[in-house]
Amino acid sequence: MSGTFLGMPAFPRNAEKALLNSQLRFNLRNATHTIRARRAAVVDELPDWERLRAAGKAIKDDALRNLDRYLVQAEEAVTRAGGHVHWAADAAEAGRLVADLVRATGETEVVKVKSMATQEIGLNEILRDAGIVAAETDLAELIVQLGDDLPSHILVPAIHRNRAEIREIFRERMADWGRPAPPDLTDDPAALAEAARRHLRERFLTAEVGISGANFLIAETGTLVVLESEGNGRMCLTLPRTLISVVGIEKVLPTWRDLEVFLQLLPRSSTGERMNPYTSTWTGAAEGQEFHLILLDNGRTNALADEIGRQALRCIRCSACLNVCPVYERVGGHAYGSVYPGPIGAILTPLLRGTATDLDASLPYASSLCGACYDVCPVAIDIPEVLVHLRAKGPHPPAERLGMKAVGWTLNRPARLRLAQRAASRLRRLVPRRRLPGPGAAWTDTRDVPAVPEESFRAWWRRTEGREGGAR
Amino acid sequence: MRVGLFVTCVNDTLFPETGKAVVTLLRRLGCAVEFPEGQTCCGQMHVNTGYRDEGLRLARRFLEVFAGYDAVVVPSGSCAAMVREQYPKLAAGMGAARPGAFAGAHRGRTRFAEAVAAVTPRVYDLSEFLVDVLGRTDVGAYFPHRVTYHPTCHSLRGLRVGDRPTRLLRAVRGLELVPLPAADECCGFGGTFAVKNAAVSAAMCADKVAGVEATGAEVLCAADNSCLMHIGGTLSRLRTGVRVMHLAEILAATEEDR
Repeated sequence: MSGTFLGMPAFPRNAEKALLNSQLRFNLRNATHTIRARRAAVVDELPDWERLRAAGKAIKDDALRNLDRYLVQAEEAVTRAGGHVHWAADAAEAGRLVADLVRATGETEVVKVKSMATQEIGLNEILRDAGIVAAETDLAELIVQLGDDLPSHILVPAIHRNRAEIREIFRERMADWGRPAPPDLTDDPAALAEAARRHLRERFLTAEVGISGANFLIAETGTLVVLESEGNGRMCLTLPRTLISVVGIEKVLPTWRDLEVFLQLLPRSSTGERMNPYTSTWTGAAEGQEFHLILLDNGRTNALADEIGRQALRCIRCSACLNVCPVYERVGGHAYGSVYPGPIGAILTPLLRGTATDLDASLPYASSLCGACYDVCPVAIDIPEVLVHLRAKGPHPPAERLGMKAVGWTLNRPARLRLAQRAASRLRRLVPRRRLPGPGAAWTDTRDVPAVPEESFRAWWRRTEGREGGAR
Repeated sequence: MRVGLFVTCVNDTLFPETGKAVVTLLRRLGCAVEFPEGQTCCGQMHVNTGYRDEGLRLARRFLEVFAGYDAVVVPSGSCAAMVREQYPKLAAGMGAARPGAFAGAHRGRTRFAEAVAAVTPRVYDLSEFLVDVLGRTDVGAYFPHRVTYHPTCHSLRGLRVGDRPTRLLRAVRGLELVPLPAADECCGFGGTFAVKNAAVSAAMCADKVAGVEATGAEVLCAADNSCLMHIGGTLSRLRTGVRVMHLAEILAATEEDR
């Protein structure tokens, strides 16, 4: 697997393939259950979690409702602080802007802070085509990049790998990108971290251009905020002479004060930490540095126009929903065929990209609607509600449409339902318990069909209670 | 108190014993139970699969049929959650009348919203009705078996029934309740999900079944026959010998039945 998510088949087929990989399922189960338990413990510590959650939701909703105003305010503040602001309508425009800005510096290598926005626009591939090497510096992103792999989780992109696999990737590929792994590298986590540290340190010290995203953009001050665990982000934000930040327009927060709420919500929801180890903020250009902010739309205004779907733009990319999702836990992130996997990906991706491809049309169905994602979401995105809403918008396969119409027609009159039940009970001995035909075959692959009873409840009631109760 | 039983289309057609058990149990507790025969289905399958208009038609029927009752008892967490949680969202989603919209459409929306507001607060899952309305946890049941309980997603996270079902089960004489590992994880049924994403659904159920087997229980209990059909179908295919039973059937069982 390498390159890009584009052109992947629909979710059910990807999922089936992923399910055959028992190592993947084992790795995912371990990792998600560990983070899940840690999150639950630190969330339980806060007596006002539900109020914080409501505050996070309210702040984000205000920001989205007045997005035009806050974005212009942010642009003015950044410009005042010596930065340059660019607006990008889509991925291609944003990629072109970044490539041009890098080219203008004369550099052919850049270091990157882990960022979902740059992945969303396929920035590394755009830069590669422009002859620029973009090196990831987040440990997990490094593992994915060295392994010619795709990220499989928002926060832990290499969640599908275990340390034995990581050791092999480091030994085989590190040399192609810079400092090689030591020949006696073991799969001890400390040894792996040390190898990555030495490899990355060389990059930080030579890089002239850094590229980042941002967790938040504060409108009143024009301040960008990055939360991280490793400190590599801070290296990329401070060492290079040119800094380019690609930020989705929904990242705006109205005021500096609002940050307080999210500095509590985000780390507890994502890594299960009370506070993330590194919080970096920067406003405009530091002395001797050139700073560019690219404000990215790429489908966000379409999502905003969707009355029910727009709540997905509240997402702060904590990935708590991935870690509790029973579907994600079994198939991993690649099956979703998008940068945003798991429950949030199942709604955000079709909202941003539309449902023209089979893959994007299948994503709203990649959920059993169990609701665990809504319960853990720190900004209370009602993911099941949006899933159902997107399903209603279609498209629907013609055979299914016909079947659902037929069932609807039957259920729409009690007399029709009664007739159908009577037919079913007459034919009950013909219903195979172990091999149903047609679409029912998917059911009987692993499950026995319940026996059809001789008498429906309705018929029993009629027989024993007469016709009282008001038949309509 | 006029109690209307909404038996649900799945119970009506495939699991009539559950409906009979509810009738037996509620009569034993002194309730007059009616089964309005105009009822069919709450519309959940249609709405959740993306067929909102068909679902709305069924929702209208539900609201009309159950308009006159003091309480509507539903032996399915999922269908009760559909009515109580999703009907108000459907009503809100119908939105205000657009300028120039057909006046009849506006009246239809208002009528639907009013019916939702009038009926849905009186809709109860069986355990809620017993504990909150009748004030009973001991319903006089006798069931001398080792039982484990699966809370089902929509009872747990839609209705928030909490520990009501397990409190009821603990009060059953002879019953030994054993905890189910990872009880609050989805079994993978999810309505049409079980067919549309059959492989993932099966993988989820395999883990649920492993948990059930680890308890050594004779009976897996839940308040939703759809989830039980899925888990029970797998238990049967694997020849585990574990039976599945709806909560109502256990609560309806008494010493005289033996």
